[in-house]
Parts: sequence; structure tokens; C-alpha cells
Amino acid sequence: MTTATVQPGTKLWSGGKSPFNVSYGKLMMWYFLMSDAFTFGAFLISYGTIRFSQNFWADPNHVFNAFPFTGHMNLPLAFVSLMTFILILSSVTMVLAVHEGHNMNRKGVEKWMIFTILGGLAFLGCQAWEWTHLITGDHAVLVNGVVEHWGTTTTHNPWGPETMFNGHEIATPGPIAFGGYFFGITGFHGFHVFSGVVINAIMLVKTRMGHFDQRGHYEMIEKAGLYWHFVDLVWVFVFLCFYLI
Amino acid sequence: MAHATTEIFHVHEEESKAMVKRLWKCFWILLVITIVELGIGLTIYNIHKSPVPHHTMVLMFKGLVTILSLAKAFYIVSIFMHLGDEIRNMIMTIVVPLMLFVWFIAAFLWDGDSWKNLRNTDAGSRPNIEKVETAPLPAKEEGKKD
Repeated sequence: MTTATVQPGTKLWSGGKSPFNVSYGKLMMWYFLMSDAFTFGAFLISYGTIRFSQNFWADPNHVFNAFPFTGHMNLPLAFVSLMTFILILSSVTMVLAVHEGHNMNRKGVEKWMIFTILGGLAFLGCQAWEWTHLITGDHAVLVNGVVEHWGTTTTHNPWGPETMFNGHEIATPGPIAFGGYFFGITGFHGFHVFSGVVINAIMLVKTRMGHFDQRGHYEMIEKAGLYWHFVDLVWVFVFLCFYLI
Repeated sequence: MAHATTEIFHVHEEESKAMVKRLWKCFWILLVITIVELGIGLTIYNIHKSPVPHHTMVLMFKGLVTILSLAKAFYIVSIFMHLGDEIRNMIMTIVVPLMLFVWFIAAFLWDGDSWKNLRNTDAGSRPNIEKVETAPLPAKEEGKKD
């Protein structure tokens, strides 16, 4: 970390030490995360390509305007902002756990890891609610001259362009790709959050058992932290691509 | 000896406090950027609601929100993930390959846009297959094997 101060002129590649001044495990975690960034990037770019090829795309402010326990109130972006806030908060608790690990303070690591895990679970709960709301929430759609009621799924998109029918406005089916991309990409991100929570839980147990004190360092917490921050990093772009633009 | 040890510990303590301060500062920066992004999202919503939406304005706000997201990504990677504290060579092995994204995004969005143009015009349509097939078929009489 802050120990990465290399004297100018040091022969980094002469052997006997890590030329990047970082352990093998941490370096490989970085390269794994880089490859994972390409996976997410490919998904998001594919979504962008399809969206650019369509004449009409659902307005996120209409699709994502619900909040738990508020019924049909129109609250665009409110719930997803809460989810973003939870993830940022759990990111800062994670980095504080890493920091306590540097100080070899077992109690501190435990405390912040518990907060991080709770944040991850809260995020997953929010996502479960959002998915349920989208899949089960019916919307009137005009299909071949007949009014049908559709939820948002990978095969049905009730958020198409509006048209006049019997004197009032009604939506028509939208591009079918919407649900597939939304559930696919947020699902892949949610799976990362889930696996991050599992990894963090294992780290918490190992901390409690004193494994890292015996080992003399808390580097495993750092590696888990890198993964957890990556999850937050990906959410920045999922938030941007699906909810903001 | 004992004095020296406590002094080192004290210095470490100071450094540690400065670090915690830096981490919380990063949190507040991220929070403020997110709130600004939210404000822009709601502005876009209101522009869409108006009877004559100003599309250039919407595009500008979308560009702005993208730049803000990149700033957030920078803070997360540099401060939370401590990449900014690693040595330069290592940072470069992570960041340089990610530059591929620049071409990746440009090429694919360009392709999507071209696809839309083909969809909306007949520029990409093929000649009608039926017309091609109405040409007289070659006589089959000689062989009669099929």
C-alpha cells in the first residue's frame, strides 16, 4: 500500500523481489478484476449497440419510479439512489476494515466486515424487491388492437411508444431486448454482490478464528476488499447505463 | 529504546488517522457526485415531460453524467482500491489494456447507429428474391435423373 515507495534507480527486474512491489495474490486479483471489467464492458456495450439500433427505447424514469410502501406514487430514480447509497456506504466500511487490518486490529476488522456484509445483504434485498416489482407489476399494453396486461420480463416489454386507443393514451409493446439486458446485466452484477457477501462472510469467520493474526498480516482482507470495491465500481456504470441515460 | 518505539508508534497513529480522514473524504465526494447525477437524471426527466423536448440539451446532460461517472470510477479505483498508491509500472499494466474500451465503445455504438439507419431506409435491403427466381429455369429435360 503506502509502502510502495521505490528508490529511483532500483533494479526492479534483477530478481529476488516483486518487481511491482506487490504480492502475487494481490496482483492476480487485479488481473482477474481487469478481465471481469472486460466481461461487464462487453455486456454493457452490447446493450448500447442494441439500444442505438432502435428507434424507441423505454425511458428509465418511467420504468423505475416505484419505492417500497409508497404504492403508486411517482418517484423516479428514488429507489435506485438508495441502492447506490447503500453500495457506496458498504464500500467505505470495507476500506475501513482493510485499514484496521493494516493496524492488526482484529476487533476493528470484525466490526467493519459485519457492516460491509450487512450493506451487501441490504443491496441484494433491494434488488430482489425491484425485480419482483418489475416482473409482477402489470401494465396495460395494446397488442394487435386488444388491451393486455404485461409485466416486464425477458420476453415482454410493456414500455413501448404510446398511442391513442378509445380516447386515451396506451403503451404498445417495446423492444423485446430491454428485459433481457436489464435482468441479464443487473443479475450478473447481483451475482457478483452475492459472491462478494459470501467471500466477506468467510473472511469474517477467518478473522474471528484468528487466522490472520497467526499469519501475521491481513492481506486476505485486502484481496476481498479489492473484489468488493470492484462490485461498487461496476454498479457506477450499471447505474449510468440503465437508470440515468 | 522504549522511547524510540513509542515515537514510531505515534507517527504510525498519525498516519493512520490521516488515512481514515482521506477515506471518509472520498466517501463524501462519491456521495456528492451521486446526488448531482441524480439531479441531472431528474432534469432529463423534466425535459422529456415538456411538450417540445430539447434533444440537444438531453444529450448534453447525458454526456455530463457520463463524465461524472468516470470521475466516480477514478475515485473508487484510486483511493478505495489503493491503485493510486501502487508503483507506476503496475498501474500501467492495469490501465493500458483498458484503453481498448475507447475503440470498443466507439466501434459498437457506431455500428448500432448504422443498423438503425438501415432499419429506417431501404439502404440495406436486398433485391427481391422472387424477382430473381422468376428467371427461366434451365431445361431439365435431357437427364431426367432427378
